[in-house]
Amino acid sequence: MDPREFDVIILGGGVVGAGTMRDCAMRGLRALLIERADIATGASGRNHGLLHSGARYAVNDPESAAECIAENQILRRIAAHCIEPTGGLFISLPEDDLSYQHTFVEACRKAGIGAEIIDPKLAREMEPSVNPDLIGAVRVPDASVDPFRLCASNMLDAKLRGAQVRLRTEVTGFIREGDTIRGVHTRNVQTGRETDYYAPVVVNACGVWGQEVAQMAGVQVGMFPSKGALLIFAHRVNNMVINRCRKPSNADILVPGDTVCIIGTTSTRIPLENCHKVSVTPDEVTLLVTEGAKLTPALSETRILRAFAGVRPLVSDDNDPTGRNISRGIVCLDHETRDGLKGFVTITGGKLTTYRLMAEMATDLVCSKLGVNKACETATTPLPGSEGRSYEELARQIWEAPSTAQKAATARLGSVVSEVPKRSRQDEALVCECEEVPVWEVNNAFERMGVSSLTDLRRRTRVGMGTCQGEFCACRAAGLLAKAQDCAARERADLLKFMGERWKGNFPIGWGESLREAEYTQWVYKHVLGL
Amino acid sequence: MRHQEKTSSKHNFEECMKCTVCTVYCPVLQVNPRYPGPKQAGPDGERLRLKDPYFFHYALKYCMNCKRCEVACPSGVDVADLIQSARIRYDHSAPKLRDRILASTDLMGTVTRPLAPVVNGVTGLGLTRSVLDATLQIDHRRVFPKYSGCSFEFWLKRRAKEQAMYLDQVAYFHGCYVNYNYPQLGKDLVKVLNALGVGVQLLDGEKCCGIAMITNGMSARATKNAVHNIECLRKAGAATGMKVLTTSSSCTMTLRDEYPNLLGVDNADVRDAVQMATRFVFERLEAGATLRFKPDYHKKVAYHVPCHMERLGWGVFSERLLRMIPGVEFTLLDSACCGIAGTYGFKKENYEASQAIGAPLFEQIRAVDPEVVACDCETCKWQIEMSTGYSVQNPISILADAIL
Repeated sequence: MDPREFDVIILGGGVVGAGTMRDCAMRGLRALLIERADIATGASGRNHGLLHSGARYAVNDPESAAECIAENQILRRIAAHCIEPTGGLFISLPEDDLSYQHTFVEACRKAGIGAEIIDPKLAREMEPSVNPDLIGAVRVPDASVDPFRLCASNMLDAKLRGAQVRLRTEVTGFIREGDTIRGVHTRNVQTGRETDYYAPVVVNACGVWGQEVAQMAGVQVGMFPSKGALLIFAHRVNNMVINRCRKPSNADILVPGDTVCIIGTTSTRIPLENCHKVSVTPDEVTLLVTEGAKLTPALSETRILRAFAGVRPLVSDDNDPTGRNISRGIVCLDHETRDGLKGFVTITGGKLTTYRLMAEMATDLVCSKLGVNKACETATTPLPGSEGRSYEELARQIWEAPSTAQKAATARLGSVVSEVPKRSRQDEALVCECEEVPVWEVNNAFERMGVSSLTDLRRRTRVGMGTCQGEFCACRAAGLLAKAQDCAARERADLLKFMGERWKGNFPIGWGESLREAEYTQWVYKHVLGL
Repeated sequence: MRHQEKTSSKHNFEECMKCTVCTVYCPVLQVNPRYPGPKQAGPDGERLRLKDPYFFHYALKYCMNCKRCEVACPSGVDVADLIQSARIRYDHSAPKLRDRILASTDLMGTVTRPLAPVVNGVTGLGLTRSVLDATLQIDHRRVFPKYSGCSFEFWLKRRAKEQAMYLDQVAYFHGCYVNYNYPQLGKDLVKVLNALGVGVQLLDGEKCCGIAMITNGMSARATKNAVHNIECLRKAGAATGMKVLTTSSSCTMTLRDEYPNLLGVDNADVRDAVQMATRFVFERLEAGATLRFKPDYHKKVAYHVPCHMERLGWGVFSERLLRMIPGVEFTLLDSACCGIAGTYGFKKENYEASQAIGAPLFEQIRAVDPEVVACDCETCKWQIEMSTGYSVQNPISILADAIL
């Protein structure tokens, strides 16, 4: 058979694309995923990392709320190593209307979300960082999730089941025969090589860029991109997700994730053509810090590591081209019934929390088109890394007395840690000191996770995500990557690009310790390394 | 920007710029590859420990708490405090019998004093040391401090009336070592202060400062002692102008800094009153007080600044004081840790590291070949005397010897 022929082609390497690829592979389809850049570069990787309980949507969007809580429970089982079951609080402050709490809890109950009103005093004991002036608190099953790890695990599993991935490959056009899509023209953005791939069904999972892709196929999907700005603080001040118990608004969620915590977000409608170059404005930073300090007063004195922005792939309800009815729900479009275009499916809208359900809906549609009759099993089959045991147990099985880096790597890799080769003592050396990433974990990412740049590596290992923002780890990782790819010149350029991208996140919060650190980094790279 | 005018974090760990200077100055890291180093164990590890105490690493116990990382840090990170407070918070393993014995300096003093000659004889025996090595993992090569038959407190109490005659008064926190092992240092201080017209009082029932308890996993007992001692200082009037002098740099640092930073015991009102005696004497002399020195005195002195004296930033006072003594031929030894770090070097597992850390210092002492090594720390004294054979004295004792 022609190696360019597949049963299904999925466009977009975000979490929905990766999830769809896995679901397709599990149902026996030969799947190919095509991604222009790298995994989780769009909204999938630019968010809070919040595994919603659904409580935030309970009052205004009960349908989304019900989806969230169902998926929340499923992901805790199948993606355990990507999730920290932190729990969440919805707090009421003196300026908030406490009677909203009742409406909120009632709506949660209806959606099936376990929401429990607790004494503010108990809330302060459970989460000592919370604003001590709170007048009410509700406990909900929110959690934090690592979106990069989630995306990478879905891809890894799909690959283990025979699916293929082409990263850094863009779609330049569709292969169309009459009213049927037969495949895609692609171009590798690094090598410039052009390849055609064929499949009876193509799934558009390009998030906010889905509109452009659909246009290329000749159909209309109305995206209404909305920018959200977030701040990353340099260490965890809270260990539970903290939300405001009021109508959803700006900067009212603080999520702890790995070694940091993230406050967000804002919501600004932006034109589609600006989606590639979103940045954070000083006003947004001010808003996030001042509002964030209401959740946790410590934020007003906690070092900020980075500012970043993402774009929500909001989509207009079908048949409403004005965009007045924006849905945050899942939109799965069969372009055959909608537009008369066969072999093309769009899956969009939704949330990180509901990615699996979105993938299931898309795959169901793909299967019905292909006449495949196999039930979805993604809700019960754990992802690689999530097979049962806690990271404590996993590390204990390998090392008698694990070092902090060995513990940290185990927490990141989950149960696949036992399959990763750890060859010599040298492999135990640290690449990233802030996040404790050893050489063997980096090499594993090179060998098994499709890394071709430092930014790719960061998404898979947290190298460069710590307080030094690449100051010490980036040049070490660049050395390893140059060796793995046997090309120093390209890696040198990549290193510069990586450090530039780190600075981009530092710039909006360029004061205090982060500015000192950035300046120090500049000395090291410019004057010591001569870059 | 108006918001975030300052940032703060516990023990300033967020101030860390990852410059790694602390790692260069850490004496343990040079000799023990199992120790993650101050940066990893301190500010880097803290971020992971905040996520989950599971990320606490047992190797933090290799930290000697010498505070050299803190002295080296250009960003004001309290690196050693971070490490020690992580040990207090997360290391819940019960301290070994050996560690409890080593840390109980006051209890051991009280019990052994009446039997001092016997105890000194027994601990000097090779057989005893072999037994202690085998049973308790206290290294057999280690020489134990001798116990004194008569405590310093007993000695000074008998002179309380005479001391009260002086118009000018200070209190003296003598610590376990002066009280049980080496009262002569206390007597020397009394001689010097009396010569300056200052009378010396005891505190009302001081207890061990607790530094050895902190590093040996007994922070609850250390906190008890801290609360008691701070109360003693207040009773003595330390909050209202009474100076409390000390002759041990480690006790001083513990009373002033470890109490609030590690044990959470507030000492803000009395902290400034606690001072090393060398600083007090130096400042008196600078202000015009005079001492009558022996006319034909001559001594070749090499001064070793103990780590905790470096942390206090007060080595300069002892140095200047020694240099003031007519007839002293003075050498300032290079800044280096002697390797003992209180009870650390007594432990069998640390003996080799301890001696390796001290080696450059010992070598320099031999090269200088002084008549006496001056040092403000009793455990440095044991280490240097045992490892080089040179006699070590507190600067106060050298001064006492030089005056009429």
